[in-house]
Amino acid sequence: MFDFLTGYDLLGAFWVTVQLTVYSAIGSLVWGTLLAAMRVSPVPLMRGFGTAYVNIVRNIPLTVIIVFTSLGLFQTLSISLGAKDFTTINFRLAVLGLITYTAAFVCEALRSGINTVPAGQVEAARAIGLSFPQVLRLIVLPQAFRSVVGPLANVLIALTKNTTVAATIGVAEAALLMREMIENEAQLILISVIFAFGFICLTLPTGLLLGWVSKKVAVRR
Amino acid sequence: MPVRDDAKDARDDGRYADALVVLRNVDKHFGALHVLRSIDLTVGRGEVVVVIGPSGGGKSTLCRAINRLETVDSGEILIDGRPLPAEGRELAALRADVGMVFQSFNLFAHKTVLENVTLGQVKVRKKDKRAAERRARELLDRVGVASQADKYPAQLSGGQQQRVAIARALAMEPKVMLFDEPTSALDPEMINEVLEVMQQLAREGMTMVVVTHEMGFARSAAHRVVFMADGRIVEETTPDQFFSNPRSDRAKDFLSKILHH
Ligand SMILES: Nc1ncnc2c1ncn2[C@@H]1O[C@H](COP(=O)(O)OP(=O)(O)OP(=O)(O)O)[C@@H](O)[C@H]1O
Ligand SMILES: [Mg+2]
Repeated sequence: MFDFLTGYDLLGAFWVTVQLTVYSAIGSLVWGTLLAAMRVSPVPLMRGFGTAYVNIVRNIPLTVIIVFTSLGLFQTLSISLGAKDFTTINFRLAVLGLITYTAAFVCEALRSGINTVPAGQVEAARAIGLSFPQVLRLIVLPQAFRSVVGPLANVLIALTKNTTVAATIGVAEAALLMREMIENEAQLILISVIFAFGFICLTLPTGLLLGWVSKKVAVRR
Repeated sequence: MPVRDDAKDARDDGRYADALVVLRNVDKHFGALHVLRSIDLTVGRGEVVVVIGPSGGGKSTLCRAINRLETVDSGEILIDGRPLPAEGRELAALRADVGMVFQSFNLFAHKTVLENVTLGQVKVRKKDKRAAERRARELLDRVGVASQADKYPAQLSGGQQQRVAIARALAMEPKVMLFDEPTSALDPEMINEVLEVMQQLAREGMTMVVVTHEMGFARSAAHRVVFMADGRIVEETTPDQFFSNPRSDRAKDFLSKILHH
């Protein structure tokens, strides 16, 4: 029944999906945190940049962003992100696009977490002489992260599924392989089911694990 | 230590050369609301000043203005001879010298009791972590919560949390301690354990500004009572004088209300 699978590197394709997800997750967590810090910063210029970034980026379709990395950055501006071969270049461009896009959502999730930190925590921190960056890094962000593990899990799950857009610029991840198989094989429904199952295998444990973490690290007040 | 009595004599003689906190002609508005009206107040080194008055009179705002958690519109505030710097590194350094204890404790919820008391020493005073922990344990012992060091704030009673908050402020070795109604959020049976710690501090010569309605504390520990209403300092006198023989109608009215409860 599964004879048609021979000759396709199913695991290899999903491995690329996993790599896209992991690199983009780390990148967007870092960039998203910086954006959130800008959005609550006392410096108006930073606040303005953070707000503008989020409102522009999250309203552009991911496909457009990914295509722009390829057509705009690589083909027009020759930015190849330090890579030589097309496979690596496209992979890195896709990661860059995914980070750019996902960071906006990480930022907003975090910002809602920042809003749950009582003002008294910030006042007490300022009162012992911590500077603004210290207050953010030592008191506000750690508490904010703990209260948004759930929403961040949703962002991560969305990111995992969004990696399929990388197929648009030829990154050989799961969705690209699926298209290829659908063109060549007859078992259309079975192919869809296999890929759906593959994605569930990636996202379901993530959701469950982070759900557990979320309860574990919740700040008790 | 006899510091308290010396300080009290000095106050009574009016020879407070050594001013630690000085407010000159301080004004503050919240929108149209005039919350501080030309406030003049001097707190001498080692002096304990109790601020008392009706709700909304500006007591908290006064306290918060002293370490610039609240900015003022005009006037001058000096700590140990230096004017309050504008926002930035210098202000942070000044805040470390002014300890603050809040009505709602505000212990860092994601840190243990011990971490609450070491954080400022390490990050602001740049102390070595081991030395900071040793100091923290000493202070926790002094306020009677040494056995709770590894717990999180939510696991402690209100009275214990407030004593940890006092230890956290003391860990910075502040020049002056501000208390904003430190016992108002506590169940009655926990009020005394906190007041005792404060009384001990007063006896050791700590300079303190205390917003409180605890008359027992005011009578036994304060050198001076400042009565505030509608953003003004209405009356400023010794505790005995204030409680037994208030001069202003505003103070008489206020005292008759709190005494009949
Ligand atoms: N951040 C703020 N914005 C606007 N108004 C404020 C703010 N903080 C305080 N106020 C108002 O300023 C006035 C003085 O407040 P403040 O907290 O200093 O009074 P208080 O004497 O401490 O009163 P209480 O005994 O209730 O604590 C009140 O009318 C209060 O509503
Ligand atoms: Mg108040």
